[in-house]
Amino acid sequence: MQNFAVRQRGDVASSFEYVEGWGMAIGAHARVLRPRSTEEILRAFELARRDGVSLALRGGGNSYGDASVNERGYVLDISRMDRVLAFDRESGVVVAEPGVTIEKLWKTILPHGFWPRVVSGTMFPTLAGALAANIHGKNNFAVGTIGDACREFDIVLPTGELRTCSRERNADLFHAAIGGFGLLGCFSRIVLETKHIYSGNVRVRGISTRNLREMMQYFEANKTRADYLVGWIDCFPGGDDSGRGLIHDAEYLKPGEDAHPEDTLRIAHQELPANIMGLFPKSQVWRILSLFNTDLGMRSINAAKYVAGMLEGLGEPYLQSHAGFSFLLDYVPNWKWAYGRQRVDRGLIQYQPFVPDAVAHEVHTELLARCRKVGQVPYLGVFKRHRPDPFWLTHAVDGWSFALDFKVTPTRRAQLWKLCDELTEVVIAAGGRFYFAKDAVVAAEDTARFLPHDKLAAFAKLKRACDPETLLDGNLYRRAFRDWLVAS
Amino acid sequence: MSHATESAPHAHPEAAGDQHAAAHEPRDSTPSTKRARERRAIVVGASSGIGEALVRQLCAEGVDVVALARRRERLEELALSCGGSAGRVIPCAHDVSDFAAVPQLFEALVRELGGLDLFVFASGLMTEVGPNEFDTAKDLEMLAVNLGGCVAWTNEVAKLFRTQRSGVIVGISSIAGERGRKGNPVYGTSKAAMNHYLEALRNRLADFDVHVCTIKPGFVETAMLAAARAQGRSIKGAITPEAAAKSILRAARARRNEVFVPFKWTLVAAVIRNIPSFLFKGMNI
Repeated sequence: MQNFAVRQRGDVASSFEYVEGWGMAIGAHARVLRPRSTEEILRAFELARRDGVSLALRGGGNSYGDASVNERGYVLDISRMDRVLAFDRESGVVVAEPGVTIEKLWKTILPHGFWPRVVSGTMFPTLAGALAANIHGKNNFAVGTIGDACREFDIVLPTGELRTCSRERNADLFHAAIGGFGLLGCFSRIVLETKHIYSGNVRVRGISTRNLREMMQYFEANKTRADYLVGWIDCFPGGDDSGRGLIHDAEYLKPGEDAHPEDTLRIAHQELPANIMGLFPKSQVWRILSLFNTDLGMRSINAAKYVAGMLEGLGEPYLQSHAGFSFLLDYVPNWKWAYGRQRVDRGLIQYQPFVPDAVAHEVHTELLARCRKVGQVPYLGVFKRHRPDPFWLTHAVDGWSFALDFKVTPTRRAQLWKLCDELTEVVIAAGGRFYFAKDAVVAAEDTARFLPHDKLAAFAKLKRACDPETLLDGNLYRRAFRDWLVAS
Repeated sequence: MSHATESAPHAHPEAAGDQHAAAHEPRDSTPSTKRARERRAIVVGASSGIGEALVRQLCAEGVDVVALARRRERLEELALSCGGSAGRVIPCAHDVSDFAAVPQLFEALVRELGGLDLFVFASGLMTEVGPNEFDTAKDLEMLAVNLGGCVAWTNEVAKLFRTQRSGVIVGISSIAGERGRKGNPVYGTSKAAMNHYLEALRNRLADFDVHVCTIKPGFVETAMLAAARAQGRSIKGAITPEAAAKSILRAARARRNEVFVPFKWTLVAAVIRNIPSFLFKGMNI
C-alpha cells in the first residue's frame, strides 16, 4: 500500500526554484528553504552546513539586484514566519516575526490609528528584509530609515546563538545587522515603533518643476514642514529642460482635520482598486505598458506625464489614502514584466547613487548627461532627500539620491554595465554612496571606497565572530563585500 | 546513474571562479526569443511506449533528455541505442510512487541538465480488473502511479517553471478519462483526475508563460495495448508510439491545451461524452 506522506515532521519546507532579483536581470536556480520557526532557522543553517553550501537570506525578494540571490548554494526565505506577535494600541509598538510584510503590518495597525514610520514604495518587503536593507521612504529626510524606527530585534547567528539587540544591548550587532544585508545572522523577532495618525488620508500637493535646481529648491524650502517629499524626473530631455519633473509633497492630517477618521482608517478605504474604471483588470496592464517599453515609447510616456504633472501643479491640494500615496510601485501589478519577462539577461536594474548635499546638483546633472550621451536613458527617475543615520553600512548621507531605472537587454547589457562603472567613479569621487537593495553593479573595491574604513573593519570583525565559517554568503556578498571583508 | 552525488549542488563558493561574471554573463543562457525550441527535457515513464518514443525523437533533435523509469536495464538500452544522436540521454531509475524521493532527485536532474525547458509525464499503470472485481489494493496502486506520481513530479516542475517564467509541461493522460466506463473504474478515474489537475495547473501558470498540454491518446501500440489484446479484446487502428510522439511534440510546441492522439479520437470522444447516461449504462464500451 502506498504511503502518501511525503514530508517528515520537523523538516524545513523546501523546493527547487529559480530565484531572481526583483529586477529579473539577475537570478539563479537554488534550493529554497522556508523555515516556520526559530528552530527551523537553525535547522536550515545545519542543512546548508551539512551539504557544504552557502546560504543567502531572502525576504519578499524585492531587492532589485542580487541581494537575495545565491547561485552557489541555498536560499533561506523567511516569508513563512509571518505572525504579528503583539501590538500595543497605546504606544503603537509592534512585535512581529521577521516574515511579516509591510502590507500585513499596516493592515494590522491602521484600524487603530497607526501607520509604519517608514515604508518603501511597495508593500511586499518583509520586515526582516526591510531591516537588513535598512530601507527608507519618501520621508527619509524627516524620520530616517526603518532602522531608526526599530527598538529591538532577535537574531539567530550561524554559530547557533540567539542574540537580542537594541541600542543598549549588543549595540554593535544592532547597528551592523540593520543594513547588514543578512550577512551576520537571520532576524527571528522584530520590535518596531509606529506612528500615531489621525486620518487614513494624507494631504498631497503636486508641484511641477522645470529643472533639477527648481526641484531641489522646493525640497529645501519645505522640508521642515512637509512629512513626505518625492520627485519624479523625466530623464529624456537635455538642455534647459534637463531634470524637469514633478514633486509630490504630502502632510499628515492634524487631529480634527478629518471629520470621519473611523471611515478613512478602514482598510477598505486604503485598498488599491483591482480594475481600471471598474472593468479592465489591472493584472493585465503590464501587457499594454510593454508596448511602450522602448526608448521612443518611454520618451513619450515621460513627456505625457510631465504635461499631466503641470496640470496637477495648477490644481488644489487633494486627499489621498496612505496606501495610495505610499505604494506607487504596487499600482500596476507586475509592471516590471513590461521590461521583458523572458528570463536571463532581460529586465531592469536600478542605479541609485546617494550624493552629499553640497555637490548633489552638479553630480546628478552630470550623471544624467552621461546617460543621454551614450543613449541609455533611464525610463524612470526618482529624486529624494536623505539624512545620515548611525547604521554601519548605511547608504544614507546628508544629501540627495537619484534612482534610475535602466532597461536591460542582451544587447544593451555590456554597455550598460560599463556606463554604470563610469557613473560609479563620478559618484564615489564626489563622496557618494550606494544602496545594496537597489544596486547590481558596484564591485567590492568600490564598496571599500565609499564606506568608512573604521566601519568596514568593525563589520569584518563582527562577521568573523558571528559567522566564522562564512555560511551566510550569497551573490551580493561575493560581488560587493567578500574581497574587502577578507582583506580587513 | 547520473543523479545524486556528482550532480549535487555546487561546491562551496571558494571552489568556483569569477564572481563578477555572474552579472555580465549568466551561466544559464536560455535563448531570448519567445517559445524557443527546448534544449533540456525530462521524460518520466521512458522505458517503453510513448515515453520511449518521445526520448528517441527529442534526442534525435538535439535535446538533452533525462529518461526516467523503474526499469534500469531498459533505460540503459535506450541510452545506448541513442548513442549517436545529437542530444544526450541520461538514464535514471526511479519509482514514481516513491513520492518522498522526488524533490531531491528533481533538483539533481535539473542541475545535471543545466536547466529545464520541457517536462513530460508519461508513466501509466493499467492493472487488469475483472468485471466484478473491486480491489482496493490494485486501485490504489494505479492511483499512486498515474495520479500520485504525476502530482509529485509535476508540482516540483511547476514550482521551478513558475519562478523561471518559462517551460512546457506535457501530461500523457488517456481517452479513458472522458467517461466513467465499466471496464476499469479507477484507471479512468486516475486519468480524469489527471486532466483536472493539468487544467488547473494550466490556468495557474498561464500568467507566468508556462504552458501545460494534456494529451489524450486513443489506441497506441504499447505494452498497455498488448495487455488488453491478451485479455481477448480486439483492438484495431492503433498508431505506432513514434507517430504518437510526433503528434505530441507538435501539439506541445504549438501550445495546444488538450489534444487527442490520433486526431480521429477527438470525434469519438465528442460522441462518447454526449451519450446520455440511461443509454451508457447498457453499453459495453
